[in-house]
Formats: sequence, structure tokens, C-alpha cells
Amino acid sequence: MSAPETAMRRVTAINNGTVIDHVPAGKALVVLKMLGLDGNMATPVSMVMNVPSQKIGGKDIIKVEDRELTQNELDRLALIAPQASVAIIRAYQVAEKRVINLGEEVVNVVHCTYANCATLGDREPLPHRMKVVSVDPLNLRCHYCARPQDIDELVANLL
Amino acid sequence: MGPQSNAHRSGSLKGRGGTAVSSLITMDDLSNDDILDVLDAAERLLPVAKGQTHLPLLQGKILGNLFFEPSTRTRMSFETAMKRLGGEVVNLGAVASSSVVKGETLYDTIRMVDGYADIIALRHPRQGAAQYAADAAEVPIANGGDGAGHHPTQTMLDLFTIKQAHGTLEGLRVVLAGDLRYGRTVHSLAHALVRFNCELVFASPSSLRMPTEIIADLEGHGATIIESDDLVNHIDDADVIYMTRIQKERFPDEDEYRKVAGSFTLSAANLDSAKEGMIVMHPLPRVDEITPDVDKTRHARYFEQAFNGVVTRMALLCRMLGIEVPSNIGGEA
Ligand SMILES: [Zn+2]
Repeated sequence: MSAPETAMRRVTAINNGTVIDHVPAGKALVVLKMLGLDGNMATPVSMVMNVPSQKIGGKDIIKVEDRELTQNELDRLALIAPQASVAIIRAYQVAEKRVINLGEEVVNVVHCTYANCATLGDREPLPHRMKVVSVDPLNLRCHYCARPQDIDELVANLL
Repeated sequence: MGPQSNAHRSGSLKGRGGTAVSSLITMDDLSNDDILDVLDAAERLLPVAKGQTHLPLLQGKILGNLFFEPSTRTRMSFETAMKRLGGEVVNLGAVASSSVVKGETLYDTIRMVDGYADIIALRHPRQGAAQYAADAAEVPIANGGDGAGHHPTQTMLDLFTIKQAHGTLEGLRVVLAGDLRYGRTVHSLAHALVRFNCELVFASPSSLRMPTEIIADLEGHGATIIESDDLVNHIDDADVIYMTRIQKERFPDEDEYRKVAGSFTLSAANLDSAKEGMIVMHPLPRVDEITPDVDKTRHARYFEQAFNGVVTRMALLCRMLGIEVPSNIGGEA
């Protein structure tokens, strides 16, 4: 098998890992950052960007090999890709489908964007809590200072 | 140990904060009925607040005053309220300042003083500090102001003053005047008044208008709001005029400040055709926005308002500590 063919297969199918589909077009890199997969990752990650999608117009697809993302990691996704669909792959088969769900509160995913919030500083031990006011459009408020959060700013405040 | 202490012990950080029921962090912690109950209790406690009746309802209880920034009036008013009811007060100001110097977390400070008192009155420069403290503490937290956040005991004493004068909070026409942009007090009061269907007039210089998101929020709750850059024309229809101080620092130069501040000043002459029962309020300290000749008119209510801080906090302390205020106090002296 030639090298380009191997690369192609990596994009199309993985043996074990996680496939995140229906990420809004262009957001895949942000998703990788949110999941902590943008740095010196030990596991191969492949991405397809700007694929035409009937469901959301254009989409990105991310495949993470040899790693099954936890529900907590997946819940982070909801901040920027609430419509994403997630499949856990084992032996080339979809073993599980996971649902993205923000719930009523996002705990210890992001810290508050307000510069004078009581949770400021990395030494305060209580959990960072964002109340989900609405999902569409996504509207979060800090449990402590009650300030509404700008989602783009918030993504920069991932813990 | 307060009666609420035992039920909430849980070793973990998460899931503490079982005191939410008895803490007072924002006005949202009180329903309209709760507000009216507290104001009624405060009314009954007036002879106790004035020292005419001895009623040690809070004997054996300790209030910890934990002030991370100075606010003499709020601190002393909490202290007086506690002592009038026979309770003790520990001033934790030194703890607050030393914890800041040593870089102690708010969490650790709260956990430590939690053991010193049955209830903590907290003032802190950071917004959300009161909720944070309530989540960390076993004992109830009374928010005495957190940054640009909330100061519910101030709102309660304002409501008490209004209800005392008019017998009701319902449907009054209230003019909020002066600096409506930066004033936490007026934001919180406006929200509370809307819950009682008051009509609000926001009279301010254009640079110090009520923030649009607050107006949108109030209107979302069905409020009738009039905005104006003129105070004088709204005096005659008012049931309450709530004055606030316009700070010099908000203006680029002295001339501009004088010009603007001058048109948001009340003198006795302005009140000639005001309604008989109209009251003038001010959170104090005032500078020039209410001239001294107003003090002698029947409308002036700002000094009573300041005193009401004591009686209202007495009623709130009782509520937060789970102590019932008797319905007939006069007979028990
Ligand atoms: Zn916050």
C-alpha cells in the first residue's frame, strides 16, 4: 500500500477511537483546542473541514484514534458544536453513540470572563459553574457573579 | 451553632452551600411575600430598634462582620441591629485585611471564620463573592455588597422606608434621579419596585442614564418606564423621589460637572406643588444634590431611611437565623 493511500484510510476509517461529526464548518480547530488535542498529542487526530452537509450546511469531521472521549470532554463540545454527533469506534465499528448535552450547568469546563469575578485567580477551590440560561442561542451566566458570558471569549477561558 | 448547621455538613467542596435557603445574596432570594413578611417584622421591631423595648431574640448568637473594604454605615448598622436583639458581634475586619495581605483564598477565610460566628455579614470588592462565600460556609451569609453586584439589605431598607410612608409598595410612581448608570443601589431598587408594579421614572443626565440592558430587563418584566433628562417636571406626580449623588469624577471637567449636577438638585422651592405624601430619599452621604432647606419639609425621609437600615437588618437577621419575630412586641416589654 502506498503512502498516500494509508493517509487516505486514516481519514476515512479508524480502528479504535472517537469520531465527531457535524461540527460547524471551520470550528474543528477550536474543538481540538477545547478537547486538549491541539498540543503534543500522543494520539493521531485527523480532520476534514468544510464538507457539505444536509443537516448543518457545511461541517467539519474529527477523528481521534485510540482514545474514547469521556462524557465530560464531550459536554465541552456543546459550547461550540451543540449539534455534533459523536461515535465511539471499536474494531472499525460504531460501538456507541454519545449525546451532547449541556444540562443545566457547565461545571469546571470554563472560568468566568468577568475581570472582577470572585472566582478570579487559580487558587480558589470551589468549582467554576456556568448556568445554562438557554441552549439556542447559547446563553450562559456565571453562578457566582451572574454576569452573562460571551461564548467566543469563554472558549478562550477553557480550564 | 445555628439550627441550620447540622443538616448541611458534607465533606466535599462541591455540594456545600446548603445555607442557600437562609443566606441573603440577592433580592431574588426573597419572594414578594417574603419581602412583605420581613418589612412587617421590621415594623414590629421598631420599639426594639429605638431602645424602648428590650427583646433579646438573638441572645447567644454571634454575628461576624467580615468586611474586605470599608463601609462604616453598613457595618455599624449590622452591628447595632445584632446588639439591639441581644446578640454579640465579632469584627472580622482584621481577619479580612490579613488574609488579603497573606494571599489567603476567600474560601479558606470563609471556612475559618465560619467557626467563629452563627451568621456572617460580608462585604467584598469582587462581584459574586457573597455567593461564593455562601457555597463555602455552613452558616448563612448576609451580602453587605459585592463589587458591582448586589446589596440586598440596602434595597430592603429602601423598600421599608417607602412602605412605611405609603402603607404599600404597590403601584407607586417612583422617580430615580441622578447617577443611574453606576449606581448599584438604584439598579437593585428598580428591579424590586417593578416586582410590585411601580411606575418608574429615570431622571438622569444623558451620560449617566440607566444601562439599556437593565431597562430592557425591567420592561421584559412588564414595567412602565419613563426616561427623562429632566427632574423638575416629574416632581409633582411622584410618590417617591430617590436622589443619588453625581460624582465629579464622572465628568471631563469641573464646568461640565457643575452644569449637569445643578439640574439634578432638589431644593424646598422645587417641592411646593409636590403631592402631600411624597417622600424624598437618598442613600447618603449627600453632597449638593439635596439642599439643607429640604430637611425641614414633610417630604424629607433620608435620615429615617438611614435609621431604617438598623430595623430592617434586625428583621433580616432574625429571618436568616430562623428566629420568629413575635406578632405582639409591645406587650412583652
Ligand atoms: Zn463570574
